[in-house]
This record gives sequence, structure tokens and C-alpha cells, in this order.
Amino acid sequence: MKIIELKETITASNDRDAAVLRAELKEKGTLLVNLMASPGAGKTTLLERTIRDLKDEMNIAVMEADVDSDVDAVRIEKIGAKAVQAHTDGMCHMDAGMTRRALEGLGDEPFDLVVLENVGNLICPAEFDTGAGKCVMLLSVPEGDDKPLKYPLMFSVSDVLIITKTDVAPYFDFDFDACIARAKKLNPNITIFKVSAKTGEGFEEWEAWLKSAVKNWKN
Amino acid sequence: MHEMGIILHLAKTLEETAEQEQIKKITRVTLEVGEVSGILTDYFTDCWNYFRRKHPVLESAELDLQTLPAVTFCGNCEKTYPTVQYGRTCPYCGSGETWLLKGNECIIKEIEVED
Repeated sequence: MKIIELKETITASNDRDAAVLRAELKEKGTLLVNLMASPGAGKTTLLERTIRDLKDEMNIAVMEADVDSDVDAVRIEKIGAKAVQAHTDGMCHMDAGMTRRALEGLGDEPFDLVVLENVGNLICPAEFDTGAGKCVMLLSVPEGDDKPLKYPLMFSVSDVLIITKTDVAPYFDFDFDACIARAKKLNPNITIFKVSAKTGEGFEEWEAWLKSAVKNWKN
Repeated sequence: MHEMGIILHLAKTLEETAEQEQIKKITRVTLEVGEVSGILTDYFTDCWNYFRRKHPVLESAELDLQTLPAVTFCGNCEKTYPTVQYGRTCPYCGSGETWLLKGNECIIKEIEVED
């Protein structure tokens, strides 16, 4: 018998796959955004409006990750962006290997921006690096301002937090200042936007950030 | 579901190590699992016992899970305290300005292999 010390994180194989994928995408000039949120936070609705606003300026594709069905991919294709449906076969998150296979499903066309709409879940997607260049999370007003306290890892790994459905804020006791303070405490570098896909509030700022992220990825 | 996803990666990491080090059989895998890592150890072991049978190099590998205690630091009074017992509120000064120091990790500490 022989003992070998490893001292590796349990997901080390995924971290390595993700790093390789990220380097390949950097080489191609394709920014992969990992979009994460609870079910019903408004991921697909945010994407619909964003794609409509930006599709003449950049080539965008979406990978929809769901446990089952293709309703989200159908919604995205209606707006005129390329979409593939990735089924996770019951798994609660996407990892780097699944992301690579979904990217292959998009074909050889060069894309400036590929959005991975991850499985609706604030826990496991935060633990698995997909190879994305940027991680963006949504928190909708009806979910409450205490989410950063309950799901700290998601807020820690995200580059951007978008608070969605601001148009319904008058009906909920959502404390924006408290929510932002909680998120910043976990992650001082997080960029925060407040948007409503219904009224268009905040989309100019979010889209300006996205355009500059796509541009910077190509350098 | 979550445990199975982690097992898949654990198996892949171990198989890569076995190939590099030319190991034929792993007989024990020791993991350090933080108290607040979110891993359910019973379910995790069940998943492992199902999964290892499919991989010749892993099939005789027993899983040894060692729990690492979670510790939280209070930014107000600068003391540390056990996370599981007291949660986010410091038991010494009542402050909520607290940060988890350790306890959410999951590390492959070592493996035992046949010579």
C-alpha cells in the first residue's frame, strides 16, 4: 500500500477543462457569459430584450440549459438569434464539459457573444466553472433583498448582479440599498444594475457594460 | 443530483491522477469535507458506491470522509466562533458583520493505492 497526497479540490478536473475552454474562446474572440438565477427571475426575458437591442451590432448566440423541454430556445430563436438547447439530463447545473458540447452544437459560425442560460438554481451553478469569461446573475424584486444572505457563493462568484423586475418594486418591500450593501459585502468588485424588461429601465447601462465586455474580450 | 455531479468530477480527477501516476487500483480516497459545504455525506457515499463499480481503477476504493469544522470571523469584535452553532450572528457581540473563514471546502486529501 502507498499513500499519495493530492490536496486538490474535488472539482479539479472541471476547473482544468474550464480553463482550457476559456483560453480557446479568448483566442476566437468569443465572450461566453454564464447567466445564472433562480427559476423565474427573468433570464429569458432579459435576453430577449438585450438581443433585440444589440443584434445589429454583434453576432449573438444563446445556449439554453434546462433539465427538460426547449421552450426557452424557441423564444430566443423567434427574436432572431441562434439558440441551442442543452439538456442536463436531470443534473442541476452545467459544467465545462457540457458547455463545450453545447458550444459545438452552435457550429463554426464566429460569435462575438455566446450566453449560457444556466439551469434556474442559485446553488450548484455557482460551484462549477463553465469556462465563461464573465458570470452574470439575476435577482428579481419578488425574490426579496435577503438572497445574498442565503446564497452567498453565487454573489461571490458573479461579476455582475442585475436586479430585475424593478417595475413591481412598489408592491414588494424590497430594500435596494440593503440588497446592494449585502452583495457588495460578499463581493466588493461586483457591478450592479437595476432593470425592468417591461419599462426598459436600466437597459442602456447594462447593454453598455455588455458591449464594452465583448470589446475588451477581443483585445 | 448535486452529489452525483460532484462524484462525476471526483471520479474524473482520480482517473486522471491514476493515469499520470500509472496506478492500477485505488483502495481508499480520503476527502476533507467542510461542515457547511452543502454535501450530504450519506447520500454522497451512496452515490460513490454506485458509481465506483463502473470504473475498474476505482471499484475497490472506499470513501473516507473527514469533516472539517466551519469557523466564522466577526469583523466587529474580531473573535472567531463555530458557524454551525451560531450562524451569522456573533455570539460575543451580536454583530452581523461576520465572514466564514473555513468550512465550505471539499478537498481530496489523499488516496491509498496498491503497489
